[in-house]
Formats: sequence, structure tokens, C-alpha cells
Amino acid sequence: MTNERIVGASVPRKEGRDKVTGQARYVDDMTLPDMLYGATVRTQFPRGRIRTITFGPGIAWNEFVIVTAKDITGKNVIALIADDQPCLADGLVNHPEEPILLLAHPNRHLLPQAVQAVSIDYEQLPAVFTMEESENHSQIIWGADNTFKTYRVEKGEVDEVWEKADHIVEGEYWTGAQEQLYIENNGMIASFDPQQGITVWGSLQCPYYVHKALMALCNLPADKVRVVQMETGGAFGGKEEYPSMIAAHAALLAIKSGRPVKIIYDRMEDMVATTKRHPSRTRHRTAVSKDGKILGGEIEFTVDGGAYATLSSVVLSRATIHAGGAYYWPNVRIKAKAIATNTPPHGAFRGFGAPQSLFALERHMDRIAQVVGLSPVEIRKRNFLKPGQMTTTEQTVREPIDMEQLLDRALKLSDYEAKKQRFTQENEISKSKKGMGLAAFLHGAGFTGSGERNLGSVVGVEGCADGGVRVLVSSTEFGQGTKTVLCQIAAEALGLPYENVEIAQADTNEVPNSGPTVASRTVMVVGKLVQSAALGIKQTLIASGLLGNSYSPEEFRAACRSQVATLGSFRSWARYEAPADVFWDDDKYRGEAYAAFAWAVYVAEVTVDLTTYTASIDDFVAVQEVGKVLHPVLARGQIAGGIAQGIGYTLYEKVIWQNGRMQNGQMTNYIMPTSADLPPIRVFFEEMGNIHGAFGAKGIGELPMDGPAPAILNAVEDAVKVRFNSIPLLPEDIFEALVVDREPHAAGRVR
Amino acid sequence: MTGSFSSRNPAPCDLSLTVNGEMKTVRAYPMERLLDVLRHQLELSGAKEGCGEGECGSCSVLLNGALVNSCLLPVLQAQGADIVTIEGLAPGPQLDRLQEAFLTCGGAQCGICTPGMILAAHHLLRRKPDPTMDEIREGLSGNLCRCTGYVQIFEAVAEAARRRVNS
Amino acid sequence: MRSNPADYQLVAPAGLQAVLSLLAAEPGGWLPIAGGTDVMVQYAAGKLPARKLVSIWNLPELRRMEVLPDEIRIGAGCTYTELREHELVQREFTLLARAAAWTGGIANQNRGTLGGNIVNASPAADSLPTLLAYEAELVLVSVRGERRVPYRNFHTGYKKMELASDELIRTICLARRFSGHLAYTRKVGARNAQAISKVCIAALGRCSGGVVEDARIALGSVAPVPLRLMETERLVTGRPIDSSLLALARKAAVAEIQPIDDIRSSARYRSAVAGNLVVEFLEQLGAGENRT
Repeated sequence: MTNERIVGASVPRKEGRDKVTGQARYVDDMTLPDMLYGATVRTQFPRGRIRTITFGPGIAWNEFVIVTAKDITGKNVIALIADDQPCLADGLVNHPEEPILLLAHPNRHLLPQAVQAVSIDYEQLPAVFTMEESENHSQIIWGADNTFKTYRVEKGEVDEVWEKADHIVEGEYWTGAQEQLYIENNGMIASFDPQQGITVWGSLQCPYYVHKALMALCNLPADKVRVVQMETGGAFGGKEEYPSMIAAHAALLAIKSGRPVKIIYDRMEDMVATTKRHPSRTRHRTAVSKDGKILGGEIEFTVDGGAYATLSSVVLSRATIHAGGAYYWPNVRIKAKAIATNTPPHGAFRGFGAPQSLFALERHMDRIAQVVGLSPVEIRKRNFLKPGQMTTTEQTVREPIDMEQLLDRALKLSDYEAKKQRFTQENEISKSKKGMGLAAFLHGAGFTGSGERNLGSVVGVEGCADGGVRVLVSSTEFGQGTKTVLCQIAAEALGLPYENVEIAQADTNEVPNSGPTVASRTVMVVGKLVQSAALGIKQTLIASGLLGNSYSPEEFRAACRSQVATLGSFRSWARYEAPADVFWDDDKYRGEAYAAFAWAVYVAEVTVDLTTYTASIDDFVAVQEVGKVLHPVLARGQIAGGIAQGIGYTLYEKVIWQNGRMQNGQMTNYIMPTSADLPPIRVFFEEMGNIHGAFGAKGIGELPMDGPAPAILNAVEDAVKVRFNSIPLLPEDIFEALVVDREPHAAGRVR
Repeated sequence: MTGSFSSRNPAPCDLSLTVNGEMKTVRAYPMERLLDVLRHQLELSGAKEGCGEGECGSCSVLLNGALVNSCLLPVLQAQGADIVTIEGLAPGPQLDRLQEAFLTCGGAQCGICTPGMILAAHHLLRRKPDPTMDEIREGLSGNLCRCTGYVQIFEAVAEAARRRVNS
Repeated sequence: MRSNPADYQLVAPAGLQAVLSLLAAEPGGWLPIAGGTDVMVQYAAGKLPARKLVSIWNLPELRRMEVLPDEIRIGAGCTYTELREHELVQREFTLLARAAAWTGGIANQNRGTLGGNIVNASPAADSLPTLLAYEAELVLVSVRGERRVPYRNFHTGYKKMELASDELIRTICLARRFSGHLAYTRKVGARNAQAISKVCIAALGRCSGGVVEDARIALGSVAPVPLRLMETERLVTGRPIDSSLLALARKAAVAEIQPIDDIRSSARYRSAVAGNLVVEFLEQLGAGENRT
């Protein structure tokens, strides 16, 4: 595709005009006639058995619709993977903020007091709050042993490397929970009609996840459940699985009342009750030769999944596969587990396990460098994966990636060497200390292993009466540019102007299941299907004799109009087919984990102010190889936004837990960076293409989440010569290590 | 509002205010938030509730030319005021330079912070038509964006400033 | 939004006298609300005990800024925006102009008022240490007349103040005698904007021949009320600024404050940073010599 006119250009965002004029319709902007407002009564205890529920005085309870678990006609479950999470707790409660019952009323102002007036009496049971408590089995709170899932990867002969090692380097690394903090809170509207069934409109990423969950909950067939995505104000994974829960609640109230019901969370409810990024602990033990080559290692990785399984097995999977990063491990054993605690279940958040295991690895690489006596640059160069070598899951690197060159480019752009030298000198006399840090990593795009095959995504393109075409996907727009890029792809494939391509609203009545909008798969995987389906439209018109093999846009439009006039609107479908040479063993966790990897090197320049112990970032360089950049402005926006979230993850965003409940559930004390806190973020791309992705694209949405934390902590260590191995790293932590501990050893994990 | 105030049950009152150049009368409890009156009675849903505590700025509107968080404003205090919401920035088909610049530069991703952000930028450019990057950063520091990392927002504001200066 | 607007009364009498009459008629019965940047947050969280509020926003008597030869009189209803943009405040009361500029974001500065900051009496309030450093005096007003009180006596404990239930703050008076002083202020928060302070300092100093002539050091977020470090000031006044004085000053400052562990930070961190800020102030004073 040498003469691309649309793909590769920064065309206007499809829904951009609506967004800048305030016309875009988010779920809370919609009202239906006769609509009620809904609210959720939640437990404040981490674990217990419900004894009695009392509806207190002072509330006109007869005006309220009340729904409990007893009102569920299907299964009291939010169907996802393990089907262990109830929609409404019935008997046992397993985490603070677990939903118990639902209320609805025409006047939304009466709901908060009504919620407060419901009192629930429990027999309290002992609860588990930390990973250590969970794995020590002091209480069994889930399954036989508190373990949602384990994985084990074995490559080579790890047990034999220790004797040959010149150095054995150990390290323990921790990451905390992180709140997605989309600026639009979760919300849903549900409506029920005995003939048509349930319809929900909401803020969500995956219409068909909600569809599946509602079928199970309400015991309805597929054609009696309809899910419609509204404009969604940010998601980042926080609206991947959680919307099924709030949709279920709205649906139950709608069924019981016979009226539409709207549930919109306020910020505090959203923060304390919905999913967050999984906290993690990684232990590395690595055998290294004296010239800095990794001989082998053991990696033990654990995530805290919260009280129910939800998506923890999949997060664990991605973390496991990324645990070895962009390096060649001749021998490795990775043991990974996801375990239960009595906290609200943790869930999807951009990166989905990879930021956690890559943080550990990239901190550990700097540690290895120190022990061996090499620079952070040199240790990486000596261990980077090269084309033809195999990853930890024995996937052969087939593309001509040159990580050394990528690293050199990042070093040059950030002026790394010169600055590092200058800072070393200046730090002797200056009250602020400066440092440089880097991280090198990769990120697999699309579902892992057989995941894409199992999804069997379907995409449609429709020829329309006006001569243009319409893309039919369940993939959703929530800022990352889905609508724009998929239309670009279709336009390019058909040789049409971008303006002649539209995309349908993600409505399960109108669009096929193109899979969830997650895993950085939309442009690469779904886009490629859009390309195929678009070409199918062309074939149809050519086969009908209405179009020649080469044509102008006007000719296409005329042909399309003609086809529609005679036979009605027509569609072309494309279904995902796994590439023949892609093989994955689910039992041994070995094989081609991902169809494509994006590769990156990030460099952070940091100042640590020793008056206030704050670390701030003065410059941030991000270099990544992403296959092909289909839309430069959108791509750059994705990287910059992901890095900003990564900076928040590292230096600002701390969830303060007490007995399993988040204590700082407000924007005033859960700290996200403002415009005054972020450095200039400088983004650079390289493009090697990708045979598996639309027009050579790879997924990039999650990649930028992996680099900032280790790059920044590597820079902080360079600045103050103290090893921090836990994020978030707050000024209080830096203070404790520098002033209180006064010792240059790894600071203890801070919870 | 004069007269005897004590021991009276709260009642909705009639208030008049100018919104996007039009005189409006609303009936509301005095402690209803301006945000809710705009969104519900006046059906101007461009202002959004992101936090309800004046931290995120997605509810920002202009009140008598000043940027304010409408989630923190009792509607009684807007009596007689001149309010501009995002819908009023460019009421015709022609977009405001800021809106255009946000579109060209990628200043809007999910769009939820965008109305407030554009009004904050508008407010900044009114006072500082040719702002430095630091002034842009500071002027927008009360508007949180989770999608963009602010980079392309700043560029959009700088671009709009350039277009203003060159026109 | 966790409160029901139907449960609340809000009235807006025209003119200060009408407001004062209302407060006198029912002492403690009506909560004054100016810009609402504190009250409305509590209200939205369902945590506002008051059910009857009286608006004092836009009372012209409270919005005046009077410049006299020897003092400036700031109406309690003046907003942070008005403070930070006022030329005289910028020039002669830098600490206050800076504090106004880092309170919240622009939208909150357009509505938050100095009087509101004082009566909300958060120990972390940004402007209050500056008023201590400038030795502000408050004019309090009620139907019974006016009285003028030194600000340093105003806060008697956490959220307790020397304000009768029918009184309002009308004016904050600052004597114009500090433009020759070095003004040093710093706010340490969780981020660079829109942050509640973990520690903040507002200090004024004069130094001659390396010897401290006058030092006023006020801190926020390290005690239940904003605090002036009288002992530390006494210790350093008349002494040459050298490394041993810095060490003594740090120790004295840490001894005078009572920081706590809370959701934002730790007592140890606050202590250490407070000490660092006091030292930094004295270092700048020693280096600058009467520079503002």
C-alpha cells in the first residue's frame, strides 16, 4: 500500500465536532419518559453473613422500588469467566461496598437518604486484606485455597543455571492499586418491555459482555437483550467488565418497576466500589554471568484479585507472558498466581498485568547492572531479544526489531549520557538531585494465544442508500479513536473519501460481535477485519457488474446506490481467522502468545527536591516501534495520555486502604496529575509494519503504560542513590528512606 | 429576596438569568446547583459532573465572564447573571477558533472534559491573548483530563492563540 | 449529589444590614455562604449540618478594597482572583498574592473569598499563615456595631474562633510596613496545583550585616490552627545567620509545631519539611539582605 491517502493522515475525528460543541451524548445526558433513578445499598463490612435488613424510619418506602437477590429470575451472577460474583449479595458478603439491594424513585434527590436509612446486620467473619494473609491461608475466603488461578512457564533448565552463575541477583518489587479515574463516572439506563425484553444504554467498552451477562441474569434469549453504547467519557479498562454489574442493577429495577431506570454513580461510589488495577508483588532471582548475560532465572509473580475472580486469570496471563520483557532468557521459570482478598474485585486497567511485571523486571535490570558493574544501557544491550530468538514462551521473534538501535535513539533524543554525567557532578553540590532512568519493554497486542481464535470476531461493512458505506462493529469509541481509524481503514480499502464512510453506533441490535474493545486489538485485529469486509463490498459490486476493477469514488457511490435501490442495503462480513503458523499451548503456556509486539524505550529525567522530598519529571522521551502509525495525532495522543497515567501510577496515585475499603475516594485526596504536574512528553515512532495488522498497524493503546514507572524509579535511584522498589513512590516514602533509614538499601514496600 | 425568612419550609423560587445570550426563567430550589439547573431545566448538557467537589472542572461555565465550577454554585447566586456554556461559545455553524484547534490538534479524546476545558481556555485567552506555555499550563490547571496527558490540549490552545493573533 | 435541595433554605438579603439583622434575629440559625467553595463541597457530600443559609456573595460592602497610606483594607468577600491581580497586593503583600494564586484552580479562585478561608478555618488554608505573618487585623461587624481584633487571637482551637454567632468578618486590614522585608512562601502539596497543603510557610524577614533584625514565620497544616512560630522567631532575632543558627532554628520550629498523621501525609514528614522550609527561609534571608 504505497499510495495511502487516508491511512497515515490525521483526518478529523468522526465524533469530534460533537465533542467540542457539547453535543456529544453521554448516558447522563439522556432522559427517558417516566424514568426512575436507581441507587445501590452496599455493605460496609469486608466479610460476613447477612442476618437482617431493616428499612429505617423517616422514608416513604412505599414510593420506592426495592430489588433484592430474590427478584433475580435467572442466575444471581455477573457472568464473565468463573461466574462466582453475585449480582446482589445473598447471604454471604465478601468485600466492602458489595451490592446488597437496589432502590429506585422518581426523585433522585431522595435516594441518598433512603440508602442511608437501610441498615444491615451481619454476623462478621474474619477477613483477609493482604497478599501475605491470603497466601498463608489463615482464612480461606475463596475456593479451596484462596487462589483464583496459577500459571507456570518453564523454558530450558533453570535448576542448572545457579551453579554456573557468577552472580545471583535477587529483588522484590511491589505495585499498588490504581483507580482508572475516567472523568465520566459509570452509568446505565435500562428499560424493559415484556415483548422486546431488556434494553440498556450506557458508558461501556464491551456491549457483548453486558449482553451475555444480562441474558444469564434475566434468563432471556439473545434477541431479547439489547445493549447500546452511549458516548463514553473515558474507560481505560474500568468499563470493560464493571458495566455488566451496573447494567444488571438497572435492568432488575426496570423489570420490577416496569419503568426505565437510570443509575449514575457519583465520584465517591465509583472510586470505592468499582474495579482498580491489581496490586502485585514480583520476586526475581536471576543467574547472571560476569559479562552481564542472563543465564536464567526464576520469577514469582502474584496479584491480589480482590474478592471474586472476575478477570484476574486474564490479567495474570498477560503479566506472566510479559514478565521476561524484551530480553532473551535461555532458561526461565515463571510461577504466577492470582489470589483472593476481601476487597472489591480488581479488574482491567490499561496494560492489564504487564505494567506490573514489567515494572519489576526493568527495576531488576538496573539492579543486575549494579551487581555486575555495567551501566543500565549496557546490561540491556547484552540481553535484548534479537530476531530469530525465542521469548520466554518460546515465541520466535520474526520481525527485524533492533532494540539496540531503538535504545540508542532514545538515549540521543533525551541526551541521556551527557546529562547523566553532568548530574553526577552537579549533585555533589546541589540541594536538588537529578537523575536519568530508562526502561525498555514490549507489549503484545490482541488477545493472548488462542484468545483471538476463541473470540471469533465478526465485522460487517454495509453499502448504504447514499452511496457511502457504514462500518458495523461492536468495538467502541471512548477517546482512543476507534470510530476514526476504522473509518479510515474502510475508506482506504475502498478508495473512497473518508467522508463517505460512517460507523454505526455500537448497538447489539445493529452490529455483530467484533470482540471486546480491549487488549490493544481494535486497530490491529478488528481493523484488519474491517479492511476485509470493505473489500467484500467492493467484490459484491464488481460481481454485480455495477463496478469495474478500478473506479473513481463517484463510480463507487453510483454503483452502491444502484445496488441498494435494486436489492436493498447489502452487507459484507469478515470473521477472524487465526494465522496458520500461530500455535499456542494453553496447558504448557507456550507458543505464539501474541500476533504482534510493539517495542519501546522510555527515558525519564527526574529532579528530587530535598527540601520537600518530591520527585518531579523534567523531561520524558518515549520512542516506540508500532508497526504503522495510521493516524499521527491520535497515536501521539494515546502515547502521551498513557504516559500521563503511568506518571500518576508512579508518583501520585495511592489508594489508601483500611479493612478492605478505599479511604480516599475523592478527587481531592486521590491525586491525579494536573496540567501543572506533567513534563513535556516527547513522543517518537518507528514503523516496521506488521503483516497481521490493518495496513501494518500494531496495537498501541496499552504500551505506554508499561514504561513510565520503571524509568522514573530508575531515574530517582540515579538521583539519590537509594533503591525504591515499590510504587506509588510518594515524597513521604523518599523522606523515610533518605532521612529516617539513612541506608542505601532497598526501601521496604509501602502499602 | 427580602421579607421574613425564618421558619418557612423551603420552596422553589423563580429566577431569571441570561444563558448564552438569552433571558431564561427557571423555577428551582435556591440550593439547587447551577450545574443541575443547566443540565435539567435548561437542557444544556454540555457541562458535566465529573466529581461534584470542584476538582475536575468538567462543570466549568462562564458567569459574568469569570470561569466558575457550576457544581459549587447555588442557583440563587446566579440570579441576574450572564452565563455562557459550551453551547453558547459558537452558537452558529461556524466553530470558535478554540473548538477548531481542539479538533486539529487532538485536544479532545473522550470529550468529557472538553466543554469545561475549552471554556477554561477561552477564559485564559480573553485575559492573556498570547500566553506562554506556563501560563497555559496554569490557566488550565483546574481542569483535569485523564486521556490526553494535556500535551495536545496545550498545543490546541497555543494554536488558537496564534490564529487569533494572526487574524 | 448526596443532599436534597428541597431540604435547604438559601436567602440573599440585599445589603449587609439586612444580612446582619437576620443573623441577629436568629443567632446561629443561618450559615453565611460566600463563594461556596467549601460549603458546597460539604453539601454535595451530604455532610452539611446547616439547613438554612444566607448568601453574602456580592454584598458590595464586603467586596471593597481600600488603599490607605498606612494600611490596605480588604473586604472579606474579595476573591482570590481579586487578591492575586491587585497591583498593590502583588507589590507589598507578596505572600498573600502568591497564596491566592495557588489556592485551587482558576475557577475556585474566582469564587473563593478571603473571609471564607478564615471562617472555614481549615488548618491547611493557604492564606491564613500570610495573615499571621502580616499581623492582620480583622474588622468584625454585627447589628451591635464593629470591632477590630488582631488576627493572631482569632482562632482559638480547631474550627473554633472568636466570632459571635451574629457576627461577620467585614474587612481584613494589613499594615503597609512590610515592603522592605524579604517575603518567602512555599506550599508543599501532593501536586503542583489544586492541592490541599501538607505544609505551607509564609515568612517575612529583615536582615542587616548578616544579623536577623526581624523575622515572622507562620506555618499551615502543622497544628489545629495556623501557627506563628513565636519561639523560633525570638530565637533567631538579633543573631547572625550561620549554620549553627540554622540548626537551632530547625530544632525550635519542630518543637513548636504539632503535625499529625492524616490521609494526606505523616507527622514525621511534615515536621521534617517544616524544618527544611524554615531553614530555607533563613538561608535566603542571609543571602538576600532585605530583598523582597
